[in-house]
Amino acid sequence: MNRDYQKMWLDLGLDLNAHDSLLSSLETGYRDFFLNRKNRPEEMAYLDFVMSEVHGLRIKELLNAKASGRKVIGSFCVFVPEEIVLAADAIMVGLCTGADFAMAEVEKILPRNTCALIKSAFGFKLSKVCPFLEAADLVVGENTCDGKKKAYEQFKQLQPNLYVMDLPQQKTDIGREHLQSEYQRFLTAVEQLTGVEITAERLRHGIDLSNKKRAALARLARLRAADPAPISGLDALLINQVAFYDDPVRFTGAINKLCDELEVRIRNRSGAAPDGAPRILLSGCPMAVPNWKIPWLIEKAGAVVVGEESCVGERGCRNLVAETGTSREELMAAIVDRYFKIDCAVFTPNPERESHIVEMSRALKADGVVHYGLQFCQPYIIESMPLEDRLQKQDINFLRIETDYSMEDVGQLQTRLEAFIEIIS
Amino acid sequence: MRCAGIDLGSRTIEVVIIEDGKVVVSRQTETGFSPVEQAEKLLAGEHCDRLLATGYGRHLFADTYDRKTETVTEIKAVAVGTRFMFSEADLILDIGGQDAKVIALMPGGRVSKFEMNDRCAAGTGKFLELTAMSLGFPLDQLGQEALKAEKELQINSMCAVFAESEVTSLIGRGENRHDIAFGLHRAIANRAVSMLKRFPVAGARIAFIGGVAINPCVCRLLEEELQTALLVPANPQMVGACGAALIAAQAI
Ligand code: SF4
Ligand code: SF4
Repeated sequence: MNRDYQKMWLDLGLDLNAHDSLLSSLETGYRDFFLNRKNRPEEMAYLDFVMSEVHGLRIKELLNAKASGRKVIGSFCVFVPEEIVLAADAIMVGLCTGADFAMAEVEKILPRNTCALIKSAFGFKLSKVCPFLEAADLVVGENTCDGKKKAYEQFKQLQPNLYVMDLPQQKTDIGREHLQSEYQRFLTAVEQLTGVEITAERLRHGIDLSNKKRAALARLARLRAADPAPISGLDALLINQVAFYDDPVRFTGAINKLCDELEVRIRNRSGAAPDGAPRILLSGCPMAVPNWKIPWLIEKAGAVVVGEESCVGERGCRNLVAETGTSREELMAAIVDRYFKIDCAVFTPNPERESHIVEMSRALKADGVVHYGLQFCQPYIIESMPLEDRLQKQDINFLRIETDYSMEDVGQLQTRLEAFIEIIS
Repeated sequence: MRCAGIDLGSRTIEVVIIEDGKVVVSRQTETGFSPVEQAEKLLAGEHCDRLLATGYGRHLFADTYDRKTETVTEIKAVAVGTRFMFSEADLILDIGGQDAKVIALMPGGRVSKFEMNDRCAAGTGKFLELTAMSLGFPLDQLGQEALKAEKELQINSMCAVFAESEVTSLIGRGENRHDIAFGLHRAIANRAVSMLKRFPVAGARIAFIGGVAINPCVCRLLEEELQTALLVPANPQMVGACGAALIAAQAI
């Protein structure tokens, strides 16, 4: 990773030593999990470049944009509507929460039995290693699970520009109205922050950009149904992760180019995994950079991940916003419609998720579903138990895994995953 | 044709060699601090046409001993090994040095589902080992000693570390160590039963394997609670290695 940005990092207030150790571990992880693997699509070179400059060039771009008066808005959840941010010509970045950092410090603020994702956000903040967080003009938290909801109360002390968005918990009319009014409130906040009046035309532009990005990701997702799978699950996960902080237009172009290449690969029957390799659908909690543990273990064991039923994956990019509306109200309603379909486990009840897993596993011709729950994540773990029963009744092989970001349980996980792969192959 | 299976577990390593469908070599050693060296010693002087490694040290072994060695998980290995010994088994309870698992078999012998305990040593051989130590019994007699109990004490903690402090306080209260040992065995049996109950146990023929299956007290308590006779092989620790050898033989 490029280190020629020391001054920029210092100006952002990063702790250079801690930041250096983060970059080093990212670098090693990236080399082992990605660069050293064979048979990757050539167009992955774009992603490799983006990753090598993730704290460099991309941050420089953000700072240049800020200098020209644009704003940067950070988010922790796929419920934060990117369309509104883009409509105000602001930049949206997903904040990654995929590694343990400064755990001892974090556990002075949060109980040990908090999910790794939440702790990670605090770790990055407390140790001053995330340039995205420091560059953001506004950080959006959302009231989803109890862990996040309560943790944001503490996070606000560390990140005064935190804006908390409330979210419904039920898919009822009242729930929908609530989402609508929260999105309206967010629109006003974004207008105030940017000084831009979000007109219908601007909103349509924002919707257009997001739709194109999601359509490219959906195209990629569909191509993975081919056997042999044209791209590894690790590379596909990386693409979905990068989708959260790359420039949307450039990213969309790059992914479509990659998809063109994958189509050729499919025609030539050249896969990222051998013909007939067992196919796995991953389902559950989000996997943020650099959380690559589970797909890495699965693919090391000879199987291939063909889909992620997760926010970094299908749940994040599924469904487009209808572009038929003309007024701002109609367009806002279309945005609410799209987001209200997200089948996150914080909703109760959440039956759509089960049917969607079944649908995905059939469409992608998966041989089994691995459910990934982050330790202490009640919504997903509680949901996974009845899911297991019900999917098994429909003859879908299902393995539940509970883990965190540490590498201590790799041996155990490897045995479980290998045994599951033996069963389904 | 000689095919060997090697099972590198957390406490012990076993080798089984099969020739013409019969077990011709069956050996065991401690895992110690360098499992691969121990495994090499165990295999020294044995010619075999094919070798398959299983157990938690399988990859380490395959990577260092001989890169051509193939591996299989202990789940599949014990499934095959158990069926070889008991063709009627439908559930396997395997309690080893550091983990406990339950494996369900389909009529043809394939694994249909399995569960493993999580990261800690609660309810495993390690728990018994610590127990034996704190009560001053040799590990290989712990079960017999526990069966001499005259009353049953309740042990609440299943965590190896907390149970130890519970034991200390029971000793402090003047309780008899046989009774304490019995309570600890009951705790292990209860935990195993609750793991088994996540599977269809009614009417199932259950094989009990792994190092803890040598313990007569755990066996008796399990049989009482499950109200069925368990299928326990003569040497419950060899099942994984035997299964690996059989898989090696099948694949030729
Ligand atoms: S899992 Fe739920 S709370 Fe978490 S990012 Fe996704 S939608 Fe948001
Ligand atoms: S992984 Fe689960 S517990 Fe953690 S933030 Fe997401 S929903 Fe909440």
